[in-house]
Amino acid sequence: MFDPIWKLALGLVSGIVFGFLLQKGRVAKYEVIVGQFIGRDFTVVKIMVTAVVVGAIGIYAMLPSGSVSLQIKPALWAGIAVGGTLFGIGMTVLGYCPGTGVVACGEGRKDAYVGMIGMFVGAAVYVYFYSNFAAVAGAWGDGGKLTLPSSTGTSPWLWIIPLAAVASILAWIGRRREKVFN
Amino acid sequence: MPSTNLRSGKTSVKNPLKMKAWPPYVVGAAIGILSWFTFLSAGNALGITTAFETTAALCEQQFLPDAAETNPLFAKKPPKIDWGWMLVVGVFAGAWISSKLSGDRHAETVPALWADRFGTSATKRFAAAFAGGLLMMLGARLAGGCTSGHGVSGSLQLAVSSWMFVVVAFSAGIFTANLFFRRKSQSHV
Repeated sequence: MFDPIWKLALGLVSGIVFGFLLQKGRVAKYEVIVGQFIGRDFTVVKIMVTAVVVGAIGIYAMLPSGSVSLQIKPALWAGIAVGGTLFGIGMTVLGYCPGTGVVACGEGRKDAYVGMIGMFVGAAVYVYFYSNFAAVAGAWGDGGKLTLPSSTGTSPWLWIIPLAAVASILAWIGRRREKVFN
Repeated sequence: MPSTNLRSGKTSVKNPLKMKAWPPYVVGAAIGILSWFTFLSAGNALGITTAFETTAALCEQQFLPDAAETNPLFAKKPPKIDWGWMLVVGVFAGAWISSKLSGDRHAETVPALWADRFGTSATKRFAAAFAGGLLMMLGARLAGGCTSGHGVSGSLQLAVSSWMFVVVAFSAGIFTANLFFRRKSQSHV
């Protein structure tokens, strides 16, 4: 029923930091989330890409020592295709993603609270009809816990270094464009 | 818009905890470092929606025990209040603390961009928020993660499933958002 208390405490502390950062990142705002999808506001992509690059460097640097292990989600092709589509539509209508929706509640946004109720009902529907949803998710098979390096037999750094380079170039172009337009 | 906030924050000597906005690259890098910490300290990745599934499953166990008895989910993933559940509690608390410190509080029911396009009706906005939240959660559970679990945590581990999720979810989001707001944004240009 419960994880050990130290683990619950670690989760709480990590969550407080995560929520604090997302709030300071201004991503719990309808205009910022939807603004990303209509190309008016690039805050979401800036935060996500930076987090991915920094996170990837650290995790893959620590991996050989055995101090961390990967937590890869299975490549359930149909689940990701159908789920990703529903997710993108739902996120645009709600205007927050799950994490930033919780943050928006913390900011006091009433529509986000209603969105959380919708999310809870969605989770309840999923749990109740779990067998049906699992059948849909697995309809096109399960590729397993694939990573880009493992599925191509390449070094992870062959992916991380170009990713970091592309992110830096995009950031540089973004800064120049912002200067020109301001 | 964020850059103006940022600049005014930079020029005055202000406690960063009381600022309304931090630069997105700083926030992103800090989230990346936070993920090192969660992997090292708890062997877990940042993610949000599993906690909602856990809560729903605990409710089913409590209120519909017969249905839970035959539901294969419970054998596969026995629900418990775990690290990820407390993470979500923490996210709410952290956002509350941050917004209280900076005064970036929002009591409005209808976001401005929504009101521009769909009017100021609270009922309409609430109905959409409910439906959007429901669809989004079904999608996240089908795909096995959300913007945090797949988008950040999975992508940084270079997971194939997560990169695919990001491409599909962003494409659907871009398509839907342009369907809603395209005419509006063109008339502004």
